[in-house]
Formats: sequence, structure tokens, C-alpha cells
Amino acid sequence: MTIFFERRELVVPGDLLAEGDYEPGENVYKEGDKLYATRVGLLELKDGKISVIALRSFYVPKPGDIVIGDVVDVGVSSWAVNIRAPRLAVLRATDVIGRPFRPDKMELTKILSVGDTVIAKVKAYDRTRSPVLTMGEPGLGKVRQGRVVRITPSKVPRLIGKKGSMISMLKRETGCKIVIGVNGVVLVRCKSPEDEELLVEAIEKIERESHVEGLTDRVAEMIRRRKGLAGGEAQADR
Amino acid sequence: MMKWMAKEPVISKIKKRRIIQLISEGKRLDGRGKLDYREIRIEKGIIGTAEGSAMVCLGQTEVVVGVKIGLNAPYPDTPNEGILAVNAELVPLASPTFEPGPPDERAIELARVVDRGIRSSRAVDLKKLCIIPGRRVYILFLDIYVLNHDGNLIDASALAALAALSNAKLYGYQIENERVILDKSIWSPLPLQDHPVAVTLANIGGELVVDPCLEEELAMDARITITVNKDGDICAVQKGGPGFLTVEQVLEAINIAREKAEELRAKVLG
Amino acid sequence: MPAEKPRLIDEEGRRLDGRGPADLRPVHIEVDVLANADGSAYVEQGNTKVLAAVYGPKEVHPRHLSLPDRAILRCRYHMAPFSVEQRKSPAPSRREIELSKVIREALEPALFLEYYPRTAIDVFVEVLQADGGTRCASITAASLALADAGIPMRDLVAAVAAGKVDGILVLDLTDVEDKHGEADVPFAMMPGLDRVTLFQMDGVLTPDELEECVKLAIDGCKRIYALQKEALRERFVRIRKEIEAGEVEG
Repeated sequence: MTIFFERRELVVPGDLLAEGDYEPGENVYKEGDKLYATRVGLLELKDGKISVIALRSFYVPKPGDIVIGDVVDVGVSSWAVNIRAPRLAVLRATDVIGRPFRPDKMELTKILSVGDTVIAKVKAYDRTRSPVLTMGEPGLGKVRQGRVVRITPSKVPRLIGKKGSMISMLKRETGCKIVIGVNGVVLVRCKSPEDEELLVEAIEKIERESHVEGLTDRVAEMIRRRKGLAGGEAQADR
Repeated sequence: MMKWMAKEPVISKIKKRRIIQLISEGKRLDGRGKLDYREIRIEKGIIGTAEGSAMVCLGQTEVVVGVKIGLNAPYPDTPNEGILAVNAELVPLASPTFEPGPPDERAIELARVVDRGIRSSRAVDLKKLCIIPGRRVYILFLDIYVLNHDGNLIDASALAALAALSNAKLYGYQIENERVILDKSIWSPLPLQDHPVAVTLANIGGELVVDPCLEEELAMDARITITVNKDGDICAVQKGGPGFLTVEQVLEAINIAREKAEELRAKVLG
Repeated sequence: MPAEKPRLIDEEGRRLDGRGPADLRPVHIEVDVLANADGSAYVEQGNTKVLAAVYGPKEVHPRHLSLPDRAILRCRYHMAPFSVEQRKSPAPSRREIELSKVIREALEPALFLEYYPRTAIDVFVEVLQADGGTRCASITAASLALADAGIPMRDLVAAVAAGKVDGILVLDLTDVEDKHGEADVPFAMMPGLDRVTLFQMDGVLTPDELEECVKLAIDGCKRIYALQKEALRERFVRIRKEIEAGEVEG
């Protein structure tokens, strides 16, 4: 049993990660007794399982995921929603209004129309079918205001932070409301344009530097320095 | 968008498994050995209106090739050479997956691979097809017409092309008032100075087999075509199919092809 | 005007551009160069310049083109009209159609298409400047664009052409060497897995020469593979270095 890379080392597709009795985890495939990376990312080893935390990836839905997406089409009894997954998601009218849908008594575009942004939950998904969404729970629904920022889905955990440390810090330091979709779509709502710019910059910094340790401190430092500069000298030791 | 792409038919899983299983035992669906060609029938001169023609039946794959000769201005960068134009038609009656319309990527690849073998080997000496340098040359149209697709269109087409060229007539010409006109009352055999033969092998589950039939093509990982000239040298190679070959298989294929090419050549010329 | 055949290799075995027979041209690679594409890469190999972009996996329209059990891979190789000496018409030529097919078949073995049924992965390659080896540079670039798009791959695909020029077996032919040489052998493989995914030949070679060309090409592919991996890592390595050197805010 040998591993050819260090933990958290940067690997690329085709890199031979290890040989032997390891279990292939995310972004790793095994042929014979050789384990290879399938994506660009950081090597992880835990309990005999080798995986790669992708630095370049796209979103693949899982039931239970909270996602943010845009309505791109309206059908007879459902909408098509772009959640930045390989396939468009389906949101059925019954999963929005919470009761059986009567096409003769209701027109879908009055509830949601093309261009609307929604926060929804993935109700069902398997590879062979389109993901199915629902909005019939508290906290889900149409988004009326805010700004959308996109990050690589595999970096969402970094945006949340250990036990929510990163997102709590961001909310606290900027005073903004933040909703994070597991699909890498982030909705922010701030009291001022300056706060919004600062938050968006912080999120972009997390996206760019997620592979280098000490991220939470660097982001916090950046925010404090900016606010210090904006608010004058007195803010410096906040 | 990418309208030249074709949609391949589906092969049943049990059929595919059976093919792979048989091959791992050294056998094929029709009882052939891994290095055996199907029965080959060649008929030359079957199309009276063509200057050269041949039909090749390779198992159930049937291809007709017609050679037509005309006159044309030469290409600007080769003013002393005649023109060879190879085209292939996968006509709809040959297979449920052939649609009417302009040649798709399969037809284009087929024509270009057959062309490469003839051109690289200089089977037809294009310099001998020059009439007035820079002004008028012979143009040789070689049209590949697939009548039934049961796999290995390349080998069948290349064989039919060679057979058609081997019985092709080159008309004479008259020059009247500085115009060149074909004179069909005089002709000589088209000079052929090499006899390129294409041999295609398929990688099916890690094993190489020669002359894949259609079902074997649908089950294969990839194929490799090696065109061999009369000296045993290689004058064209084309890997095809969505899979891969190992380096070992590639080198083995070259050896097998040289051997099989001799057998096939004898069938066309003998 | 017929092109006169120039002397391609001098008495010391130097090629027109000063290279030895087994030397690659200078290769320059950049990844993630286009903002809209899901993945992209730019490759320069000598004077050949190609740009590759990947979109997908995404829904296929019309639906009947999709496959129920896997993604379809679509590939378009196209040469810009200004990429060659004599302006080329923008309409797809038979050569471009054949190359689109062989490039697709060179990349497909590296992908896990069965992970994304009913979708398409689209690869677009534009040749901006052509000086030989365009289909190989295209495969090299497309491979990187696929990795950049986060599409899972078994391995990268590296490609380079070998051939015979003035009687000598050489690696990485330029356009003039391809036009006037005796043989051109475009080749691609997944070097980590020893799998050949592109192999073509135009010209005449003895079996021994062909085998030598294959070996030359394999060696060339391995070198290009190392450059591809470096290019994928580059941005992340650079950012880490900047942070550690204190050049980054925070």
C-alpha cells in the first residue's frame, strides 16, 4: 500500500494517487489496485478512503440539497429551472402551491415566470432523469431582491467554514444576509452597495484562494482592513 | 450544429457479451478465427458506363466502385499533375442508419482513408495524367458506393477501388484549336504502379480481430486500419472508434496487416 | 506556382528552425482563458496556435440526439479563414469534418460519459494560426479545456506528430516539413495509462520506420503531458506563492 502524494497536495486528472487496498472516494477511480485522480483538486485521505476535493467542478444534485436557480421555461404544470447542473431541473406546480394543481383554474406564469430566481430543495434525483425540485417548505420560495454570486460548487464548504465559522464571520462583518445554494449559487442582500461590493470581493477571494490554508483569517483581515480604510483610523483595532 | 455526426445503431447487451466471450475463446460469431477475413467475392467491369468498375462482397458488406475519367484544369500548386478525386456515398438503402443528404463524417473518413492509400503509394502516377502542364489534365473520379453495410467498409472499399483501377481505361485525347477533347475511340489501360491494400483490425475486449462485421464494430473499443503497398511498406494508417488501443496492439496490428495484405492483393490481381 | 522542395535538414541534422530531429517546438500553454466557456485552454506549439473551449455537460436539443445511458461528446475542429497563407473559406471542409471526428475519438476514451446520461459535452477548437500539427495541438488543448471544465477524466490526452523528412525520422513537424516530407504520423495517447487514442499516417514508411515513429511520438507525448499537468497546476501554485510571499491582501 503506497500513496504517492501528500495530504492536501494539488493533483490533476490522471495522477496516480496510490496503489493498494484503498477505497476510491470522490473524484478518484480505481483500476486494478491503482487509484487515479479524475479532477484537479486537493488529495484527501480519511479512514482508508482516498478522495480529491475538486478545485474545478460542476454541480451534481443530491436529494435534500438547497439550491438557487432561475426559471427558464414554463410548461403546462411545471417549470424548468436552471440550477447549473448538467440537466435542467423540474419544479412541479403541486410542489409550489402545496395542493393538487388544476390547469383550468390556474395559470403558471402568474406564480413564477421565466427569469424568476428561486430558492428550492432537490426532492429527487437519479442520473437518468431530470432533478425534481420542491418549494413547499419554509425558507424556500421566489427571490425578490438581492445579488447572485457564483462559486465552484466544491468550494461551498469553504464558504460555510468549519462549524459555519466563515459564513458567520462574513454576516457579522458585512451585516449582509447570505443564502448559500449547494449548487454554488450564493444570494446576498446588503444594506448598502459598499457592503455588497465588499462581500462579493470576499466571496471571490474565497473562490480563488480556497486551496491555501488560513483562508478564514485572510478574509477576515481583508474585510477589516477595508472597513478600517473606509471608516477612518478609529476602526483599525475593531 | 455538427450536422455531419451520425447516430450508430444499438447492439443488445447479450449480443455484445457473447461477442466478447467468443473472442476471448478465439472464436467469432460466424465461426471465423481472429485473423480470418470473411468470404471475398470480386467482380470487375460490372458498370458499362464507367471507365473502370468493380464490386466487392466482403461477407455481407457490398461495395461498388466506379471510376470516371474527365478533363480539368490542374490545381495551382501541382500544374504538372492530374487530379484524383475520391468520394464515398453511404446510400440509405445500405443501412437503416444511413440518411439521405450530404456525406456525413463516416462517408468523408471512408473516402479520405481510401484516397490516402492510393495517393501515398502513388498507385496512380498523377504526373502521367498531365496533358498540357498548367492548363489541362485528366481528372480521375473514384466513387465509392456502399450497397450493404455489414462492417469493415474501409477494407471492402479499398479493395473495390484497387479492382476498379486495375480494369480502368484511360481515353486518348485530341487537341483542336487549342482545346483538348477526349477521344473515346482510343484508350489504354490506366497505368497502375502500386497495389495498396487496407487491412482493418478491431480491438474487442483487449483482443485484436481482423475484418470486423457490423455487430463486432458495434461491440468494439476501437479499430485500426493499416494500408500496405506492394513492397510491404505502410502507406496509410487510421485509428477509428470511441475507444483506445494499447501500444502493443498497435505494433501487432502492423505485423498482421502486412501478412493479410498479401493475401488480399492476390485475390484482386490473381 | 509549384512549390519547390526546399532542403529540410542540413548536413548537421539541423532542421529549418534549428531543431534536432527529436526536438519539440517551444510549447506555451494557458488554461481558463475564455470567460463564457465552462473550460478552456490555449496552446501554442511553435507557430501553430489553437484555442479550445468546452461547454457541458448540458442538455441536448433536440432531445432525440441525446443518449439515454450516457453523454454524447461533440467536437468541432475549425480553422479560422486567416489561419493559413491562402485564405480558407469558413465553411467546414471535408478535412475539418474528418479531423473533428478523429479528435473526438481521441478524447472520448478519457471521459466517463456514462456518468451524465441525456447530456452533451461540446468541444470547440479553433485554429488561429496553422503551421503543422494542428490536430495534435487541438487534442492537447481540448484535453486541458475538459479538465478545466471540471469534467472527470481517466487521464489527460497528449498529442504530437512524428514523421519522416529528408530521410530522417523527426518529431513535431511544421507545415513545410509535412508538405514536403515523406510521411506524417499524428499520434495521441493517455500517457499515464499507455492507451493510444489517435494514430494516423500519411506518406510511406517501412514497418521499422513506422515503429520508430511511434516510439518518437510516445516520447513526445510524455513530454507534452508533463507540460499539460504543469499548466493545470500553474494558477493554483502561483496563488499559493503570492499568499506565502505576503503579496496578497489579508
